[in-house]
Amino acid sequence: MTLDAVAWEALRLSLWVAVWATVIAVPLALAVAWVLARREFFGKSLLNAVVHLPLVLPPVVTGYILLVLFAPNAPAGAALGAIGLTLAFKWTGAVLAAIVMGFPLMVRAMRLAIEAVDPKLEHAAATLGASRASVFTRVTLPLIAPGILAGAVMGFAKAMGEFGATITFVANIPGQTQTLPIAIWTALQIPGGEGAAAALALLSCVVALGAVLLSEFLARRVAARIAGST
Amino acid sequence: MKLRLKHSFGAFTLDLDMQAGGGITALFGRSGAGKSTVINAVAGLLRPDTGLLEVDGETLMDTARGIHTPPHKRRFGTVFQDARLFPHLTVAQNLDFGTRYAPRGAKVPRDDVISLLGLAALLGRRPATLSGGEKQRVALGRALLSGPRMLLMDEPLASLDSARKQEILPYLEHLRDGPLRLPILYVSHAVDEITRLADTLVLLKDGRIAAQGALRDVMADPAAVPLLGVREAGAVIEAEVVSHADDGLSRLRISAGMLELPGVHAPVGARVRLRIMAQDVMLSREKPIGLSALNILPVAVKAIHQGDGPGAAIALQAGSDILLARITRRAVAAMDLRAGAQIYAVLKATTVAPSSIGQ
Repeated sequence: MTLDAVAWEALRLSLWVAVWATVIAVPLALAVAWVLARREFFGKSLLNAVVHLPLVLPPVVTGYILLVLFAPNAPAGAALGAIGLTLAFKWTGAVLAAIVMGFPLMVRAMRLAIEAVDPKLEHAAATLGASRASVFTRVTLPLIAPGILAGAVMGFAKAMGEFGATITFVANIPGQTQTLPIAIWTALQIPGGEGAAAALALLSCVVALGAVLLSEFLARRVAARIAGST
Repeated sequence: MKLRLKHSFGAFTLDLDMQAGGGITALFGRSGAGKSTVINAVAGLLRPDTGLLEVDGETLMDTARGIHTPPHKRRFGTVFQDARLFPHLTVAQNLDFGTRYAPRGAKVPRDDVISLLGLAALLGRRPATLSGGEKQRVALGRALLSGPRMLLMDEPLASLDSARKQEILPYLEHLRDGPLRLPILYVSHAVDEITRLADTLVLLKDGRIAAQGALRDVMADPAAVPLLGVREAGAVIEAEVVSHADDGLSRLRISAGMLELPGVHAPVGARVRLRIMAQDVMLSREKPIGLSALNILPVAVKAIHQGDGPGAAIALQAGSDILLARITRRAVAAMDLRAGAQIYAVLKATTVAPSSIGQ
C-alpha cells in the first residue's frame, strides 16, 4: 500500500485548493454571518436559503450551475476571463467549488458565535467612546474569534473532501483539478487500484476527523470566552 | 443638561421635559415607567420619536433638525444595572478600555479612580470571578476613566443585595462630594438610594414627569407621597452631629431642635442627611409626657393632602425644615387639624435607619 506520485500530487492539490478556498471564504462568510445575525432586512430569508442551498442541493447540480455561470462563454466566466482569471477546468475552479460548498458550514459556525455576543456589551463599549469599528475590533472580534476559526476549520475540511461539484465543474485533470477525493474515485475505476484508494481514503479520514475535533474544541472556546472563564 | 423626549412603544408613551444641573439628578419611577428609555436616549443608544438634548450649550440630539450624535461621541459614561464588563478582558483592561478616547483635558487620574473605588486588589482578575458589587465598582471606574462629561447610571444597585448596596453607596457619595464633581443622572426605583444620593429629584409616572425639583422640596411635598409609595415617602432633612453617647445614641441638631438617634457613625461636627419616614411620625395636639419616644418636636401644620384612600399626608413646618407625617383621615378629623395649627411631632428614635443617613 504505497502512495504513488499521482496520489501525492492529489494531496498537494487538495491542500492548495483548500487553503485558497478558506482564505477567500472566511471574510465573505463573516460578513454574511454578521448580516444574518444582526440585521433585519427584506430578503433575509432568501439570502439565508441561498447560502444554505449547497448543503441540500445534489453537489452535481451545484457543479452544473457553476459550469453554466462560469464557463468561458458564460457571462460571469467571460467577465472573469477578461481580467485573466479562468475557472472552468482549472484549479481555480476547484477553489470556487470548494468555497461554495463550504460556505454554509462557515456561515453557520460564525453566525452562532456572533449571536452569542450580547449587543449590550457593544453598547457599553460605544458609551465609553469606541466607534463602531473599534467596538468590532476590540469587543466583538475577540469574543467571536474562536467561532471564526471553527468555521474556517470546517470550511477547510469541506474543501479537502469536496467531490461532486468539483468534478462536474472542473472535471478530472491530474495535477490541475484531480483533488484527493477525485483521485480516490479514479483509483477505484482502475482494476487493482483498491490499495491506493484505501490509502488515500485513510488520509481523508484523518484530515476530516482532525478538522471536526478542532472545530468542536474551538466552539467550546467561544462559550468559555463569552462566559469569561478563559 | 436639557432634555425633551417623546417616544412611543406599543400603548406606552414617554413624554418628558427635564433639566439636570450639577450634582446627582435622580430619576425615580416604578418598573416600566420608562426610566431606562430615558438613559438609552441620552446615551444615544435609542433614537426617540422626537427629542432634544442639549448639554453645555451643545446640541447632541434634535430630531427636528435631524441631529443624532452617535453614542461614542457623546461622552456620557454609562453604568448599567448589569455591569456589562468585557468578559475577555481583565479588570485592568476593562478600566483602561475608554481612556484612549478621553479628551486630553477630561482625563481622570487612573490611580485616583482605583483608590476611590478600592479596585487595586482586583486589577488582575477576570470579570467572571468578581462579585456583583465588585463588578459594579469596576463598571463605575471604567465609565469614569473614559473622561465623561456626565455619568449616566441605570439602576446600578438594583441587582445587588442590601449588603453589597451598602458597600457601593459610600463610593457614590464620595463621587458626588469629592474633587471630580461629575454631574450624574441616576435612575432608580429605590427611594432609599435616591434620598441618600440625589440633589435633584424627578418623579416619573406613566411616562410623564409628576414632580421635579430639589430633593428636599419634592420629598417634603405631601402630593408626592402616593408617587413614592406611602411606605417609602418621608422628608429628607439635614442635621449636624453634636455628640455620641455611650449607650449608642447620637445627638443631632436640626433646625427645630435636637434629635437622639442610634446608628450614626459620622464624626462629631459632620453634616448628615436624615430621611424621616412619613409613616413613622406621630402627631399630638398636646406635648406628650411619659412617652417612650425620645424625639418630640414642636411643629406647625403647613398643608394637608388627602388622598383617595384612608390616609392623609401632612406637611409640617419644623424650624426651617419641613417634615412629612402620614396619618389616617379619621385622625385628621378627630384632631381637627388645619393649616397653621401648632402641634407636636413624635419620632421614635429607631425610625431613622442607619442606611438612610448619608454624609
